[in-house]
Amino acid sequence: MAVMSYRQALHDTLRAEMLRDPDVFLMGEEIGRFEGSYKITAGLLDEFGPKRVRDTPIAEEGFTGAAVGAAMLGLRPVVEIMTINFSLLALDQITNHAAKIYGMFGGQRSVPMVIRTPGGGGQQLAATHSQNVELFYAFTPGLKVVAPSSPADAKALLLASIRDDDPVLFLENLALYNTKGEVPDGDEPAEIGRAAVTREGTDITLVAYSRMANVALQVAEKLASEEGISAEVVDLRSLRPLDRPTIIESVKKTSCAVVLEDDWLTYGIGAEVAASISDGAFDWLDAPVRRVAMAEVPLPYAKSLELAALPSAADVVTAVHQTLDAVGRRSVGAH
Amino acid sequence: MATRRKRSVPDPEELLGYYRQMLLVRRFEERTAQAYTEAKIGGYCHLNLGEEATVVGLMAALQERDYLFTNYRDHGYALIRGMDPGRVMAELYGRQDGVSKGWGGSMHLFDTDVRQLGGYGIVGGQLPLATGAALAVSYRDGDEVVMCQMGDGTTNIGAFHESLNMATLWDLPVVFIVVNNQLGMGTTVEMASAEPELYKRASAYRMESARVDGNDVIAVRDAASLAVERARKEQKPYLLETVSGRLRGHSVVDPAAYRSKDEVDAVRAQDPVASLHDKLVSGGVAGVDELAEIDADVARIVKAAVEFAEKSPAPEVSSLFDYTYATPVPNDSRRLPGEALFPAEPGNDSADPLFPVGA
Repeated sequence: MAVMSYRQALHDTLRAEMLRDPDVFLMGEEIGRFEGSYKITAGLLDEFGPKRVRDTPIAEEGFTGAAVGAAMLGLRPVVEIMTINFSLLALDQITNHAAKIYGMFGGQRSVPMVIRTPGGGGQQLAATHSQNVELFYAFTPGLKVVAPSSPADAKALLLASIRDDDPVLFLENLALYNTKGEVPDGDEPAEIGRAAVTREGTDITLVAYSRMANVALQVAEKLASEEGISAEVVDLRSLRPLDRPTIIESVKKTSCAVVLEDDWLTYGIGAEVAASISDGAFDWLDAPVRRVAMAEVPLPYAKSLELAALPSAADVVTAVHQTLDAVGRRSVGAH
Repeated sequence: MATRRKRSVPDPEELLGYYRQMLLVRRFEERTAQAYTEAKIGGYCHLNLGEEATVVGLMAALQERDYLFTNYRDHGYALIRGMDPGRVMAELYGRQDGVSKGWGGSMHLFDTDVRQLGGYGIVGGQLPLATGAALAVSYRDGDEVVMCQMGDGTTNIGAFHESLNMATLWDLPVVFIVVNNQLGMGTTVEMASAEPELYKRASAYRMESARVDGNDVIAVRDAASLAVERARKEQKPYLLETVSGRLRGHSVVDPAAYRSKDEVDAVRAQDPVASLHDKLVSGGVAGVDELAEIDADVARIVKAAVEFAEKSPAPEVSSLFDYTYATPVPNDSRRLPGEALFPAEPGNDSADPLFPVGA
């Protein structure tokens, strides 16, 4: 067990997988000579050479599609798309090709590839560079979408993604790269399609993924220490498949839930989680499921506007208070 | 550069073989159009009628170990590449024995055994894929070549330019084939392409390219062989443009009202199957009777293909979730449209905990 950053966990895992399997190679813009926009691939070009750390032209559709084609012949490409915003340029190759090739041809060739890409606003990057469109991919059968929130999950889910025979969109987050945590030694992959209860509680369920899963943990600690409210945190980790049973189990215990998400509210991941809770735990619910999500605007540059539009820990606390108040549970304290 | 005959002298047996293959495409497509109008075949259905010489010439240039990616006008390629005609027709019929098990249909013929890796319905989608397949060959120091067929309209799409750029940058053994039938759906090449001599577009990527008469099977074969063997030996991409015509509409349902009678007559006058027939007779390679026998033989193959398709069962509904993922995964939804996300569990488990039914 070592303490390391999310960035380091990604870097070390990529390196270890390249050492383990000669069919694993990296491609993307500026990943070699420049060592990656966010330095995840630092040093790998020197160690593995240009064949396995391939700098590409600025051509997201082209190089993502090339990775799909290489995967069809059995290689295991790990593509870096500089931010998830730019993945929109590769949407055809991801949704029409990577996601479809196994099924549309009756299971004759699988597409064992990973697309690593960071989401996350809050960096004053303005509207086109601050979107969280993982939803587009989570919507699409044939793709798997994972979203680690900790260095340990970054490692375990990246191992799982690279070894999986299906295309996996691996969602990173700009705000998480420098966060630190304990990372187990060894190479035990996580199971894609399983959420994790990262904090147990009895009063309310907080459901989140990626950066917001950490916000949920912080809020839960604060609620516990300052108000005696016991919040359970479900970190989705996998957006497709979505681990509905774990969410439902938690809500059956707490009878109310708040969903946190960095994306827009309407049609968002939170909407899917809320609908799933309605389907699976309707009789256990004491209050409507609340969603804390981004304001529905193209994210502005000015810090004051950006902060107002993005969901914050304070917004989550408010939503928790209102939810517990609605069922008369906060006034009587934690039960 | 080594000197090379512009056009090889065709061997009579070889010519007859090509004629048989071209006829197979012709008769299969005619029968397909009929089955479509009988509603045996669904979806979109694009035929290779008028492109038989191109299809056969291109396929003659490939070795067994080579890979082929095509667009949605793919029936002829599948037949000549070696897919079983019955299984191709079964795919068009949406049956269990189809080459793609009924999951793809007309636009998505795929058979890993003959290394034809689709059949792609999105214009230009196959270009990055083929480029990546060539990257995989190169990564493994293989000597296979990837052929990537497309239509004339595809040269306007971004993926075309991105793929050609990467192919040259990375020295990939891929041969891009532009089958110029002079029409998108109804849009002419001149209306859509600022450089209507499409093969010249390769020069922007320092890629060698050529244009060839797509109605001449030998010319197509020779040009494609040059490109394929160059790609194999020198690890260099190539772009070959074949120019031919479309005897029918864009798809079976298109009456092609946008074409004048003169235009249609001009295409018909160059019908590659009829032309080869006449050449074989006038050149003394075969008599009319012998060619009629080939036709009858091909008709039997097509008839048997239809019978096979008719007899093949529809895919079992129980197989609906078999091909979503290659690696099984927990919590993978297998819900049919009318089913609840969380079916009621046996016992009282799903009832209201405070007000159980029947209490």
